[in-house]
Amino acid sequence: MNGILINYEYCTGCHSCEVACKKRLGLPEGEFGIRLTETGPWEYAGKSGEDRWEWSWVPVLTKACDLCADRTDAGKMPMCVQHCQAWCMYHGEVGELARKMDGETRWALLTPRLA
Amino acid sequence: MANYQEFLDGIDRAAYHEGELTWEEDGFTVTRTYQYSPPGCHDSCGVLFYAKDGKLDHVEGDPLSPFTNGKLCMRCLDLPEIVNHPDRVLYPMKRAGERGENKWERITWDEAYDMIETKVKSIREEYGSESIVCVHGTGRNVNWLVPLFGQAALQTPNISTLFFTGFACYMPRVCGAMAPLGDFPIADAAVGHEDRYVDPSFKAPEVIVVWGNEPLASNADGYIGHWLVQCVQMGSRIISIDPRLTWWGARAAYHLQLRPGTDAALACAWLNVIISEGLYDHEFVDCWTSGLDELWEGIKDMTPEWAAPITGLSAEDITASARLYASGNNSAIQWGLAFDQQMSAMALNLAVCDLMAICGNIDRPGGNILVRNSFEINAGYASGEDFTPQSAKDRKLTIARGTGITGGEFIAHACTDGILHCIEAGELPDGEPYPIKMIWFQSSNSLACAGMDAPRDYEALKTVDFIVNADPILTPLSVAVADLLLPVAMSCERNSARTWWTPVRTIYRAVEPAGEAKTDEQIVVDLMPRLNPEAAEAFGWTKDTDIADWYLAGGDGKKHGASSNVKGNISEKAKGGVGMSFQELSEKGGYAYDDWNHTYEKYAKGMLRDDGNPGFSTPSGRIELAPYTYRVWGLTPTPFHTEPPEGPVTTPELMEEYPLILSCGGRSFEFFHSEHRQMPTMREFHPLPLVMVNPVDAEKYRVEDGQWAWIENGHGRFKQVVKVTPRVAPGVIHAEHGWWFPEQEAAEPSLFGTFDSNPNNCTRAFETGEGGIGTNIKSMICRIYPYSAGDELPGEKVTRKGGWGDYTVGAMCGSKVD
Repeated sequence: MNGILINYEYCTGCHSCEVACKKRLGLPEGEFGIRLTETGPWEYAGKSGEDRWEWSWVPVLTKACDLCADRTDAGKMPMCVQHCQAWCMYHGEVGELARKMDGETRWALLTPRLA
Repeated sequence: MANYQEFLDGIDRAAYHEGELTWEEDGFTVTRTYQYSPPGCHDSCGVLFYAKDGKLDHVEGDPLSPFTNGKLCMRCLDLPEIVNHPDRVLYPMKRAGERGENKWERITWDEAYDMIETKVKSIREEYGSESIVCVHGTGRNVNWLVPLFGQAALQTPNISTLFFTGFACYMPRVCGAMAPLGDFPIADAAVGHEDRYVDPSFKAPEVIVVWGNEPLASNADGYIGHWLVQCVQMGSRIISIDPRLTWWGARAAYHLQLRPGTDAALACAWLNVIISEGLYDHEFVDCWTSGLDELWEGIKDMTPEWAAPITGLSAEDITASARLYASGNNSAIQWGLAFDQQMSAMALNLAVCDLMAICGNIDRPGGNILVRNSFEINAGYASGEDFTPQSAKDRKLTIARGTGITGGEFIAHACTDGILHCIEAGELPDGEPYPIKMIWFQSSNSLACAGMDAPRDYEALKTVDFIVNADPILTPLSVAVADLLLPVAMSCERNSARTWWTPVRTIYRAVEPAGEAKTDEQIVVDLMPRLNPEAAEAFGWTKDTDIADWYLAGGDGKKHGASSNVKGNISEKAKGGVGMSFQELSEKGGYAYDDWNHTYEKYAKGMLRDDGNPGFSTPSGRIELAPYTYRVWGLTPTPFHTEPPEGPVTTPELMEEYPLILSCGGRSFEFFHSEHRQMPTMREFHPLPLVMVNPVDAEKYRVEDGQWAWIENGHGRFKQVVKVTPRVAPGVIHAEHGWWFPEQEAAEPSLFGTFDSNPNNCTRAFETGEGGIGTNIKSMICRIYPYSAGDELPGEKVTRKGGWGDYTVGAMCGSKVD
């Protein structure tokens, strides 16, 4: 099974994945194939440096997502992965993707319903 | 960590039609090229334009482009919404009613050109060609072409980014770097290498200092901010220097949330720490720089303890962050707009160049590399100036002539405050008559965007006899003051080329211009023979691709340029030019990298100086930490801090009435300056202008998240929607710029609501830093209070009631003179 792996430590919330997907799927206002969620910003008491702030984005794959099956069949990347400006999205077989999850940064592995 | 080689290896290059310029795919005609403006930003990203029946249908990033590797921002992914937008100007139109009524009459291009020719010739004859002002917007794909047109065809020396007091964007940094370094530094994110992050000579910076900008959203100055995210994934640590918490600050070793407008105090304190603790690169300083003693003499008292109360930071954080920056063998400073939009502009730019230099970070891998336009393709602000009559050049509205501020004239543009003064007063400060009779705008929406003191600009423009605006869209500026509108093609409808650092790229037409729109290039080709046959003959252009070919051959628009003659025949001593025609380069992927920008430590290799000797392109050949050139320019040669004209230090008596510091102009992903507001998808993500307010201040001043509020100073007011967030510190608010509302009424008093939310109701012309450079956009004072239905709107106030009446027409002052 294929999925999308997000190294969300580095997601910048730039919205490119959302718009790239929305345009391909032709979705109307208010609907998305992939949608960012934003957490924070808040400050952790007593923490400094890189650990001081929480401010993260993680996308949700909606029911409209088909992992760009027609594109990947043709050898192309899914729209969200191709356009991700932060270099934090990967597409592939979930077992292989999971091997990138190293505990050094924060990752999320997403698999949409492909029925 | 993102593995670039793995990314490259994983691309199915055949699936993306490697080696093809255009092809048919699933019923679409696809064009591989680069996007510039209009609309756009300062960059040109690799794109694949998908068109059907001659209409742009959708856009993808091109994974085979090394510049952006297929990544693309939300604005360009949404391009069809503006290329095919019903608000595009499709035909030349002349004003039918009064200015501001939005009544137009469609005319032919010939009629428009006749009108321009008649006006230009009569103004030249009666007043001299310097009575014409020629204006372009920031970083558009006309930034050398409009100066060329203005100087060679209109024959005026007065080229300007009009109403942008203090040249407060980029020019201060460019000139501020030339004096000490001789070339321009950018943070090294492997942009010089075609194989980018896996180039054997590249190292990611150990520390990236993101200072006074948010490069992820702004992508300013030919630079893609997200390149630095890749560097962070390769191990770069972050220091963020910004009054706002950004993505960088939230991931930084140090987020130095300083008081807006005090960056120079921090920079001086960093220099103080690094020199006094001996943390600088002694060998580099000894071999390649001069002036360390003089620099030290200038900043020796500017300790962290001195800077702490000025900046609002702790002395400990200042010291520790300076040590971290200096500790890297390769560290980069990503500087930005805030450097130019404060009173200390030139001093701050010098301080930060000195920091890069003494730490040995200049032109080393992962440091601040020195860049030039690739293949020495250098058309720029001087283009066409040989075709301006000497009598007009002698009267150019320089800073000195226009404002009386003496010193070096080191910025090519005419002085905008001088132009404003001449529009208002009809004479120079010394009383010599100097009427402004015509303004040519091309790719500028000045009233809605860069125009500081916007209500004053509006009043001034109303008095100018003849105003042309060449733009793809009907803008507030067009409705307010234009007499003639020329419809301009979008980027995907153009044939063009660019450098602005590297690589050189072509912009290849994917669809025909909408309606009767013409490309910027074609307008120049058409009008040049009418306005200056001598120049037209010299350039010899008959179509847009002639200009692209000339440019790619190293054309710089000078009659006797080193690299080429004006017809583009490369002379024997030529060094500029890519050696390919527009068509050839387009067919080879549309880009080419040169060796110069690919090379590190060019100073040691004799690559910077015209004489071929090692060293820097400065008068002494060394990096001048206290530059001789600053003295020539009338500037203090060592860095210092200047307080904003109003604030807790300068005017404590005003702080009760205006207790908050107002910063503005931060970018968002959805918009570039005043562009993109008519695109439904961008407005879905970002419907209204947002002013950031700390929760403490929101409660104190009784403004609520999601509600409109007025931001007001002693000069004017504007309204934005409150965003309550800890991203700004208590006591500081941040407002957005460039807002107008294409969905609102075009005619006055609304003007698409352009005055209602404009922070430039509060900024002031004629308020500049040393040398007439830099201004106080990002560190004003203000109060904030809730908006109530029925409150008088600024549009009404400005267009119907004469504005706030707090200045005297013709007085060169930021506020009213009694």
